[in-house]
Amino acid sequence: MTDERRDEKREVADTSGDDAFLVVDDLTVRFPTEDGLLTAVSGLSYEVRMGETLGIVGESGSGKSVSSLAVLGLHDAKSSRISGSIRVGGTEVIGLSESRMRKLRGNAVSMIFQDALAALHPFYKIGGQLAEAYQVHHPNATKRDARRKAIEMLDRVGIPQPDRRVDDFPHQFSGGMRQRAMIAMGLINDPSLLIADEPTTALDVTVQAQILDLLQDLQREFNSAVIIITHDLGVIAEMADDVLVMYAGRAVEYGPCKEILTHPEMPYTWGLLSSVPEVGADTDARLIPIPGNPPSLLSPPPGCSFHPRCAHMDKVPGNLCSTELPELTPGSRGSGHLKRCHLADPDRVFEAEVLPEIAPELVEEN
Amino acid sequence: MSDVNVDKADASQGQPAPGEGEETAVVDQQVASFAELAEQGHTATQLDVTAPPVLEVENLKMYFPVKSSGVVRRTIGHVQAVDGISFQVPKGGSLGLVGESGCGKSTTGRLITRLYNPTAGTMRFGEHDLAQLSNRQMKPLRKHVQMIFQDPYTSLNPRHTVGAIVGAPLAIHKVVPKKEILPKVQELLRVVGLNPEHYNRYPNEFSGGQRQRIGIARALTLNPQLLVADEPVSALDVSIQAQVINLLQDLQKEFGIAFLFIAHDLAVVRHFCPEVAVMYLGKIVEIADRESLYGHAHHPYTQALLSAVPDVKQAAIGGRRERIRLEGDVPSPINPPSGCRFRTRCSLAQEICAKVEPPLLQIGPRHKVACHFAGELGNHPNTPVTANLLGVDNQGSPAGGATPTQVPVGPGYEDEWYDVKAQKMVRA
Repeated sequence: MTDERRDEKREVADTSGDDAFLVVDDLTVRFPTEDGLLTAVSGLSYEVRMGETLGIVGESGSGKSVSSLAVLGLHDAKSSRISGSIRVGGTEVIGLSESRMRKLRGNAVSMIFQDALAALHPFYKIGGQLAEAYQVHHPNATKRDARRKAIEMLDRVGIPQPDRRVDDFPHQFSGGMRQRAMIAMGLINDPSLLIADEPTTALDVTVQAQILDLLQDLQREFNSAVIIITHDLGVIAEMADDVLVMYAGRAVEYGPCKEILTHPEMPYTWGLLSSVPEVGADTDARLIPIPGNPPSLLSPPPGCSFHPRCAHMDKVPGNLCSTELPELTPGSRGSGHLKRCHLADPDRVFEAEVLPEIAPELVEEN
Repeated sequence: MSDVNVDKADASQGQPAPGEGEETAVVDQQVASFAELAEQGHTATQLDVTAPPVLEVENLKMYFPVKSSGVVRRTIGHVQAVDGISFQVPKGGSLGLVGESGCGKSTTGRLITRLYNPTAGTMRFGEHDLAQLSNRQMKPLRKHVQMIFQDPYTSLNPRHTVGAIVGAPLAIHKVVPKKEILPKVQELLRVVGLNPEHYNRYPNEFSGGQRQRIGIARALTLNPQLLVADEPVSALDVSIQAQVINLLQDLQKEFGIAFLFIAHDLAVVRHFCPEVAVMYLGKIVEIADRESLYGHAHHPYTQALLSAVPDVKQAAIGGRRERIRLEGDVPSPINPPSGCRFRTRCSLAQEICAKVEPPLLQIGPRHKVACHFAGELGNHPNTPVTANLLGVDNQGSPAGGATPTQVPVGPGYEDEWYDVKAQKMVRA
């Protein structure tokens, strides 16, 4: 990592204000394995302000979950090597002692996990698990207080008859209700930052809509910062203010949500947009997959890690893509929109080549 | 078979075609330019209205007994997983089956492949009724009806090689002599875009998308006429989903396979299936061609489902569609609501909905809906459109003097249908 690059990122962070609650700067997470050192996240920087939502998109293995687990300090120090800086409300998280981390975790920062059935303990009642989360951070609270708080939270997330359901076990809840209980547990201590890791992936569309609405309502009410991790661009489009697209452990595109979705400048983002059919799209729109599979993180390809799957390499002179890693730099559309790509005029390529295939109806409008 | 438009999806795993073996040594496999790639991508499948049905399902029911606990396990009720559904799958075409989890869509798929024995109903496939056949009579027909499963991690035996998995149907049905199995397996692997050299590898050596391709190869082995695809892409990463959907479209075109495509992702179904049936709690509530269903849905449940799908382009342009919130959860199929099963969560529900079950009424050339207040979103009628037909008054009580009209309940579409706006029968 060169010094100029770090400075550049600082600059970017500075221009967007100092009041960010979470600042992740040059985060690198490595795991030593039998086959060598696995770089799960490298040189990742982002920030989230209060009341805002950051969406992180990427495929499995792109490092999106690993980076957010690092924010919560959930990586075992023995089996991982973390460098860089993560500041939560001004506190540096990396290297923080376990006892201080525990005060932060669940209190200032909390997490909603993807599989609510696996994340809730099957042996304890829902209410007991919620109350425990409350009592850990409120040592003076009585059992009765904690139970009352648990019922209040269940009511808040829309569980019917919360005073009765509080004594149910997780298996007595439906999928959507379990996810609501998870959200209730995440919010019971009024965290300033909520990380939702694929909160709706296992759910039906109607339940997904309920949960997304709930998250938005709660965010408005508590003015918390939210990170939503997903592979569903539709969820991102509805929820996020900013979007971070990750590929093979690196940020490949970062900017305001609307910008990224209407004027993406990185072929991987184009690929994501073109490989998902849409419920309202033209039936002449083609479904264009991204060829190949995500790369191994043990031996990532040289140069741009997306180049073995990139269909636009022919537009970059020489073999720059396979030899040199592009920097995360502002594109042609202002400093707020960063992309990691060698393409000189991605906007033109997108509008001339990609858009007519994936959204013919949008081209006619222009 | 070799001219199948195999996408270069798994190029990184080595070029499949033999004779090009030297290319596998090249690490930097050149990806096709975007124009070529786009050429391989498919647009949505189109409807062929002239295709005869390959499968006709009529009044199919599946009730699972619920047993009491204790020493004497009496049957104390039934889960009405599938309760009287009728539909057709056209030859070489595809019908999509969508709905929330627990609506009976997977059960339907398993009934058609006869993994379950139906409680009642008929499933006409050619000259046979699949519902009536014994297991022994069913065996030769299994060649023609195959299945692709949802989870590529659990549907492949981890202790069998790919060659054994894909070749097993050939050995069981004794289609080809033993020594010809391997060449056939390799051909199939090539068709689904895998390296045929990999026949002696184990499933754990493949990624999710490649495993799903193995599952597809296994389903293709016996040249089926009908494939039941139960959530074939929902366990895959987004970029891999498109690869598999394109592959299935290629195979459908090449071999003329009919698909019953079961999925909960409405956008994927819209792309793959020219005709779609929406299920709720064991019943089909709306079935129509793509344009009618996605453009002019008449059932409030379909409308709610469609409004719940997040739409990238809508949101990107700025407009967020108004969502219809469905309150609560799906009721228990052991004791479903009387009348219309959706009424407990429906904003339009009135007295008639609890009293009379709405028939699956044909309201357009290729559009059927089961709702007393069928109408486009925002234009639902105030009085039940079905009252006259069923011979009841607007509250659902039997009306004196009125005679119920016989509503056709067959699996196909009639030339004459009931126009909900004009409230009378019209002909094409």
